[in-house]
Amino acid sequence: MQADRLSAGGLVDRSAPLPFSFDGEVYEGFAGDTLASALLANGVRLMGRSFKYHRPRGPLSAGPEEPNALVTVGGGAKADPNLRATVQELYAGLSAASQNRVGSLRFDLMAVNDLLHRFLGAGFYYKTFMWPAAFWEKLYEPLIRRAAGLGALSGLPDPDEYEVAHAHCDLLVIGSGPAGLMAALTAGRAGKRVILAEEDFVLGGRLNAESFEVGRKPAALWAAEAAAELAALPNVRLMRRTAVFGVYDGAVYGALERNTDHLGAPPPGLPRMTMWKVHATRAILASGAIERPIAFGNNDRPGIMLAGAVRAYVNRYAVLPGRRAVVFTACDDGWRTARDLRAAGAEVTVVDARPGAARDEGFRTIRGGAVVDTVGRLRVSHVTIRHPGGTEDSASADLVAVSGGWSPTLHLTCHLGGKPIWRDDIAAFVPGVALPPGMHVAGAARGDYTTLACLRGGAAEAASALGVAAVEGPDAEDGAASVSPFWHVKGAKRAFLDQQNDVTVKDVELAHREGFRAAEHMKRYTTLGMATDQGKTANIPALGIMAELTGRTIPETGTTTFRPPWTPVPIAALAGRHKGEHFHPTRLTPSHDWAKANGADFVETGLWLRAQWFRRGAEKGWRDSVDREVTETRGGAGFCDVTTLGKIDVKGRDAGAFLDRLYRNTLSTLPVGRCRYGLMLREDGIVFDDGTAARLGEHHFLVTTTTAKAVQVFRQMEFARACLWPEMEVSLVSVTEQWAQYSVAGPKVREVLAQIVEPGFDLSNEGFPYMACGAATLRDGVPARLFRLSFSGELAWEIAVPARYGHGLAEALAGAGAVPYGVEALGVMRVEKGHPAGNELDGRTTAADLGLAALGAKKSTGFIGREMERREGLQAHDRPALVGLRPVDPTARLLAGAHLLEPGAAPKTETSLGWVSSVAFSPSLGSSIGLAFLKGGMARKGERLRMWDGLRGADVAVEVVNPVFIDPEGARLRG
Amino acid sequence: MRIPCPFCGPRMLEEFVYLGDAALMRRPVEGATCDYVFLRDNPAGRHHELWRHEGGCGAWLVVERDVTTHEIFGAALAEARDAG
Repeated sequence: MQADRLSAGGLVDRSAPLPFSFDGEVYEGFAGDTLASALLANGVRLMGRSFKYHRPRGPLSAGPEEPNALVTVGGGAKADPNLRATVQELYAGLSAASQNRVGSLRFDLMAVNDLLHRFLGAGFYYKTFMWPAAFWEKLYEPLIRRAAGLGALSGLPDPDEYEVAHAHCDLLVIGSGPAGLMAALTAGRAGKRVILAEEDFVLGGRLNAESFEVGRKPAALWAAEAAAELAALPNVRLMRRTAVFGVYDGAVYGALERNTDHLGAPPPGLPRMTMWKVHATRAILASGAIERPIAFGNNDRPGIMLAGAVRAYVNRYAVLPGRRAVVFTACDDGWRTARDLRAAGAEVTVVDARPGAARDEGFRTIRGGAVVDTVGRLRVSHVTIRHPGGTEDSASADLVAVSGGWSPTLHLTCHLGGKPIWRDDIAAFVPGVALPPGMHVAGAARGDYTTLACLRGGAAEAASALGVAAVEGPDAEDGAASVSPFWHVKGAKRAFLDQQNDVTVKDVELAHREGFRAAEHMKRYTTLGMATDQGKTANIPALGIMAELTGRTIPETGTTTFRPPWTPVPIAALAGRHKGEHFHPTRLTPSHDWAKANGADFVETGLWLRAQWFRRGAEKGWRDSVDREVTETRGGAGFCDVTTLGKIDVKGRDAGAFLDRLYRNTLSTLPVGRCRYGLMLREDGIVFDDGTAARLGEHHFLVTTTTAKAVQVFRQMEFARACLWPEMEVSLVSVTEQWAQYSVAGPKVREVLAQIVEPGFDLSNEGFPYMACGAATLRDGVPARLFRLSFSGELAWEIAVPARYGHGLAEALAGAGAVPYGVEALGVMRVEKGHPAGNELDGRTTAADLGLAALGAKKSTGFIGREMERREGLQAHDRPALVGLRPVDPTARLLAGAHLLEPGAAPKTETSLGWVSSVAFSPSLGSSIGLAFLKGGMARKGERLRMWDGLRGADVAVEVVNPVFIDPEGARLRG
Repeated sequence: MRIPCPFCGPRMLEEFVYLGDAALMRRPVEGATCDYVFLRDNPAGRHHELWRHEGGCGAWLVVERDVTTHEIFGAALAEARDAG
């Protein structure tokens, strides 16, 4: 029973009734309704509870500026909180619930807060809940947070899909009111590529909410015809339900298109929202204006609305929001509402705050009067009207329509730092001179308030933006609207400015008394202008009041800075498809599937997934697997996937000289067919990365990097080539992904490799000595490169094959008797050998700190980092340098990150001698071992120190030892 | 924000990485100094900056950009040009 639905008119389809529910109650609305208009048609005024005081609230507006009517739509994982009922389109089966209440919406138990309002003013929590201090975090804050708030998230993963997309056009028109439609027609008829973005689901803007004519036909009909013409133009794209929410550098506009929120059963595959990045050479901002409320006593009861919103409900939705209406206005615009309400059958009283507003249209009229207070628990029932002489009387009213004038919707003009300017004649801020590049503003958004001015302005701005002819517009009303600034009724008791945050005039006065007078301070102290509506209806009246209090003008008081987004944008929409496993790309090595099938657990290393260890049989924990892999490799043969190491192909006549400038040590002297360790510094002298260089030909090197730094090293080398020494003849190609590479290590490695390479291939020390490299052909004919390199300290080769043969090579190596080992065993073996890795190359250490001072020490040519490495601080003799550590008690555990102290020294920053950088359990030694940076370095070999970790409660006696724990002479790798 | 890559045309910022001021191209012949490594002019206005089109052609570019407005005036191939 739609008791408050008018029998005729409006843009709703009475032949398409739509059942829906609110708080479990079932209602019926029509296609073309919003949730708010459908509820109003059903006589529902109460739609929510306020943020702090839990006061009953109904819709204030009929659009995106809505502060009050916030609801949760849907249930389960699809529950979406804080949706504006004034924007949410109605569909059959829509299920909505009210928010921020304990108990029912009609009897909210938290409404007791309203009785305590004296104690809950602006910033109350800074003053009231101070003692005892410990109570704040555990008691007060959780209580306040529970009592105050918006809707709750489901806590479940979002089941919907979201899309990010790009669009390009010559002209982006933002808003489809009279100015926007004329701008789009001007550009569209001229053949330009146009995108018209409209937040609403119907084009036309205010034209759909008004009763006047445009071009001698109803305004909404003219708008529909204009929209139809645009829809027929192939070069025009109409985007309804699309809010342009931000302006970004380079003429890029962010727009959020809601694809499915108006559908009960969306087609499969359609993303719920699309986040558009619109590249627009030019843009017309035709976003219109937002009406301002007036603050008076208890001005927040359901049934008190903006006058323009009342017209939208009457004219567009054919809903009569009240039968005994009081229109309280400070401008001519309110009178339009009075007339439209009377035409719809309401009894109307007009209270015009302006004493001189002489009009007699047959309404009961109080000139120079004010509504000072209202009564009514869940809906307004009476108002108190103050007459010019000061006398007051009470009038029965179930609807109060309020108009304090309009403010241009200029938010987007400020996103790149533009400052609005104040215009006294319309008592409003208008866009400043400095607009975002390419943006023009037309219509009410620039302060043109008559329909004719909007129509003409839209056409003219589009014409000047694109250099085309403006199209001729229709006739329309051109009544100059008089407005006088009127922000609040003086002496009112509880007059709300920001209804979403429960900020009253008194709170602004309090902020003023306590010194928070700048606009930005007032906002933060009172919370005015925060949350989902960002003070769209509240900011200007609050500034007006602060200006009165400080005796300054409004422009002197300031304006809040508008930043993106204009309207709430779900983070899911910004993320698009970059979520879950698609948050970033995952890089898999060619033998990933083989490793997976053979029990590998994987670890993320940058974007790569690397096998961490291979679980076998009854192994319970990772340590079992890792200990076995180390023992079997050191006792027989193992292989490890090292494909992820960066590989850079360096070619050209100057390749050797180029590498000499990049590495601390000399590489140009490397003979063809040999490899060498290479250490790279940053320009500031700190160690950057390490790896190996192999000389494959006179003018051909292959250098490797660590997995973590592969991208940065290549970038640095390319920078050096292109920007520092473009005259050198050298070219660089990253070939990391082209080669699958395996390290095969252990005393029995020759037996394994003999089954892999061509029969007769010489793997002896004479035929293939330590640090040699060369080409080989494998038994199955696959071409390969062999490098006799060892990270594990065992006799070892690295075999590289074209990536597509990686899987097959892993299979063959395992078949030949090598046990696969993961990066954890690799790490254990490198700690056992004292090789520095990521934990040691931590961006603070020098070559000398790592014990590598001799590398390149006699070099005669310059290299990156050479000069800065000589700085005093980097040469200081007491810098912590690399040592090995063993616990005195072999059962004790070392911890990476722990401090080193003299035995008996108090643990303080000043007494710390260094830190433990890497630890491992060495199955070969049966003990925990570690690498550490210690003041004095290897000069302290044999000393006993304390390893102290206050965080994890460790205090272990340790001995300083050689960091090469296994085979310090290197006999094995040369074996 | 878009950068007009001389090879690829105007491309979105996400495809590029920033290194620093184009003064980095003027490395002293006798080796880096503290001034070269650490000291930069920082005018409120136009800068010449080094960007690499890493998600595209991989070229190092010198981009002229106003740091107060983010307006980009052009991009040139670093190899083909002196540091501005």
